[in-house]
Amino acid sequence: MYPDNFRYTKEHEWVRVDADTGTVGITDHAQKELGDIVYVDLPKVGTRVEQGKSLGSVESVKAVSEIYSPVSGEVIEINQSLADAPEKLNLDPHGEAWLVKIRLSDAAQVKDLLTAADYQSYVGAE
Amino acid sequence: MIKKVRSHLSQNETLLFERSSPGKRGYQLPELDVPVVDPADALGAENVRAEIRDFPEVSEVEAIRHFTRLSTWNYAIDHGMYPLGSCTMKYNPRVNELVARMEGLAWAHPYQPEVLAQGAMEIMARLETALAEITGMDAVTLQPAAGAHGELTGILLVRAFLERRGNPRKKILIPDSAHGTNPATAAIAGYAVENLRSSERGVLDVGTLENVVTEDVAALMVTNPNTLGVFEDNIIHVAEILHRKGALLYMDGANMNALVGIARPGDFGVDVMHLNLHKTFSTPHGGGGPGGGPVAVKKELEPFLPIPRLKRSGRKWTWNYRRKLSIGRVRAFYGNFGVLVRALAYILAHGGEGLRNATVDAVLNANYVRKRLEPYYDLPYKLPNMHEVVFSDDRQAARGVRTGDIAKRLIDYGFHPYTVSFPLIVRGAMMIEPTETESKLELDQFIDAMISIAEEVESDPELVKTAPHGTRISRVDEVTAARRPVLRWKPCCCDATAR
Amino acid sequence: MLDVCGLENAEALFGHLPEAVRLKRPLALERGASEYEIIEYFRDRASENGAEYASFLGAGVYHHYRPVLVDTVVSRGEFLTAYTPYQAEISQGTLTTIFEFQTMICQLTGMDVANASMYDGSTAVPEAAMMAARITGKGGILAARSVHPEYRAVLATYARYEGLNIQEFGYSAESGQIDLEDLDRRLNELTAAVIIQSPNFFGIVEKVKAAADLAHRRGALLIVIFTEAVSLGILEPAAEADIIAGELQSFAIAPSYGGPYAGVIATKEKYVRQMPGRLVGETRDTHGNRAFCLTLSTREQHIRREKATSNICTNQALIALMANVFMTVYGKQGLRELALQNLSKARYLAGKLKPRFTGPFFNEFVALTNGRSPDAVNKALLRKKIIGGLPLGRFYPELSGSVLLCATEMNRREQMDSLAEAFQ
Repeated sequence: MYPDNFRYTKEHEWVRVDADTGTVGITDHAQKELGDIVYVDLPKVGTRVEQGKSLGSVESVKAVSEIYSPVSGEVIEINQSLADAPEKLNLDPHGEAWLVKIRLSDAAQVKDLLTAADYQSYVGAE
Repeated sequence: MIKKVRSHLSQNETLLFERSSPGKRGYQLPELDVPVVDPADALGAENVRAEIRDFPEVSEVEAIRHFTRLSTWNYAIDHGMYPLGSCTMKYNPRVNELVARMEGLAWAHPYQPEVLAQGAMEIMARLETALAEITGMDAVTLQPAAGAHGELTGILLVRAFLERRGNPRKKILIPDSAHGTNPATAAIAGYAVENLRSSERGVLDVGTLENVVTEDVAALMVTNPNTLGVFEDNIIHVAEILHRKGALLYMDGANMNALVGIARPGDFGVDVMHLNLHKTFSTPHGGGGPGGGPVAVKKELEPFLPIPRLKRSGRKWTWNYRRKLSIGRVRAFYGNFGVLVRALAYILAHGGEGLRNATVDAVLNANYVRKRLEPYYDLPYKLPNMHEVVFSDDRQAARGVRTGDIAKRLIDYGFHPYTVSFPLIVRGAMMIEPTETESKLELDQFIDAMISIAEEVESDPELVKTAPHGTRISRVDEVTAARRPVLRWKPCCCDATAR
Repeated sequence: MLDVCGLENAEALFGHLPEAVRLKRPLALERGASEYEIIEYFRDRASENGAEYASFLGAGVYHHYRPVLVDTVVSRGEFLTAYTPYQAEISQGTLTTIFEFQTMICQLTGMDVANASMYDGSTAVPEAAMMAARITGKGGILAARSVHPEYRAVLATYARYEGLNIQEFGYSAESGQIDLEDLDRRLNELTAAVIIQSPNFFGIVEKVKAAADLAHRRGALLIVIFTEAVSLGILEPAAEADIIAGELQSFAIAPSYGGPYAGVIATKEKYVRQMPGRLVGETRDTHGNRAFCLTLSTREQHIRREKATSNICTNQALIALMANVFMTVYGKQGLRELALQNLSKARYLAGKLKPRFTGPFFNEFVALTNGRSPDAVNKALLRKKIIGGLPLGRFYPELSGSVLLCATEMNRREQMDSLAEAFQ
């Protein structure tokens, strides 16, 4: 269920690192908890983000959830397709519905995050 | 067995724009007794608009049918009980409507010379006095337009008071059971919000409060009784801790229907509070407003009240703008006067004893509902409740049925739902407030409906999960409404599947 | 019922309350009155308010005829005593009328979306300002002095704690319109919005396009306020505005000594998620029937709590419904004819007096009192059972020899002639 090459946070975000770029999204567990997603609020390209701080939010009809960045760096790309089709986040949260791409300022940060196995037992236990 | 309602034919109706056609009129203006002016000449051609595109044109009978038909699609207090918690959906007395429409009151212009406004000012002064007596506070402002507006006014008063003392401080403590307007208000007033966890008893935890109230805390916003319907029994101690540390106690008066004539916030340490005239004082909800949110304060905060203040000058009332310490205006003019008239009429009708009796009935009704529903629904907090009671859907959730579903099924039984999923500290909350308006007959119908639904959850959960079944429209697609918002009618965009 | 609760008597319901909080005496209020006594009390108060006087007051609250149908509709219990339409299945009456209201406001103002109303025009102003601050990320607000003084006072109260920096700019002593040079001088990269009113407090139509150009060039938004909704029947709407906010009291909402009224905010589609207040959207039910529901609720306090676009909970549903009925009764042609009558009445009156400003006005204008004190003129008028205009000295010391007069379709020619005599 949870790809091995991702790393995860306890707030249910994931990051996939390729060289110095991190692609960030929310996990399948998160989209299930939120229910039908109606809107995604993403930062502008160029925004600086910090590990653990909010970079935007995801909305269902009755709730808003902050998205906390798993890594620090600069936003270099955002997933425009989510503006017209936020429901993608419910269908493919680990693939097509990635949220932002970040140029990492400190690749070492990824070591602090959970592995797929750790995350799987974390949400299993919750 | 559904006893309160039965199917019935209700009229379909399109939108106004869909039944409009050019040339239809519902109005007739008198003939102009002065020369008609050419707008382009008078205003400049660039300032004159073309016609108002797609604006409706219908006849008078079409107008009356339109609104009458639409009205029949609503549920209302005049139909039956609303068990909505913390909304206090009590009867809206019709004499209030009559007096608010009296010409001298309805047509009074706020800038009329004071000599021609004494009647209006007298009404406001009398209401201020009555509300001060009911709340046990020293002074009242009637300016705020609704509860949230009153909250903002109250917190601005707190800030002004503390600023004058030298330090406005930084944060406001808010229990996790509070209404959403509380933290939103604190943020607008420039304060950070710190959430307070309720104890397992469901009330404020005095033990931890001693440490949590630091020099950075400006105030604590409490609702009493709280949103569980439970009286904060430590309130005097809470007030003492706050005052000792130089902070203030703000009370959200949404639940005053449990206290009028029984206990007064001013007597248990509250420094500033707001009232909801559209809850406790019977002014009509009208589908979502107007309301009235007067703020009552102790004398230390009186100098900061919004201007103008009513002042007695000889034998006349006058508006006093000369108040150096005032926080200024929170709205133009003096307040929702039309709502104030209705609230005063309600108070005059009841008198002191009547108001107290209403409170007793309200609390009795809620306790009766609690006792009769306890065998069927989980009650997470066991303390005595006052005018409202909060159940949880835990038992029904085991069968896959949640509070929202039960609420929708209640519609099939002829009632408006109770308050769903609030307060957030109760899982699957079902907040019920009957008010004093409901007789035992109506309450028993409601209780029987809730019991019947509990049985349906066991025998036929799908029926409850897909409710309502008897209404003109079934559950609406709120997801698409939020994903692709359509917030106005446009010509040629709606397809023909109107009703 | 007490038996079911296991209680001896009703007082036992409160036995759990701490002794110290209990009120130990009856409330010091008069005994309950009968319906007749209540009516008598309010009738007496009403008679003290000069209902039989003719009035030439405007200044943000207007005397317009209220069609009988308005009270007929809003007195229906299904509208009057209904709750906020959170439960869509049993609130389609309220929701449909709000959807129609939102649509008609868009048609009148030329904007893409409108909310379901704010408390009133005066509180809609800070709400619009805060909206502009959120959109632009900046904190400077430039408000014209020709915006209603009490509206500006409310803006100042809200702004103090919202990190908004309010500055005012002046008006031309000749035309009564905004001083574009003063505005240009004060605009900078920190300005979130420019706020003007049209027709302005003096009744004069503003140079909206010119103000918009200046604001937009500096990356600021333009907010246009209106207090006299009837003007929308004939005046070109402010298409260049980013946000329009105003007061609907003119649409069959009784003056009622200051409230309740209904404000509204309308804006361009791209700003909808920053707009405060309730919104009704169109959708379908499970059978495909058209239906309406509250939507985009995540902007609001009950979900977002401290991060909400506003703390507002109430809208003014019943009051907005009055405006709906008014707009329906008059319709496309009626609103225009009504506005034209207002324009003509005011021009007739102004023709007999000395207007202070040269700018084009709708149904209000500022008149000089020819060296006499406005209070003296108004006293003379009161003896004729006429309530004169608003002496402006209390808000604009530089205009203390003038009054603001309003003439609507309800002012008869003889009344206007009589008023003009008092000015000679």
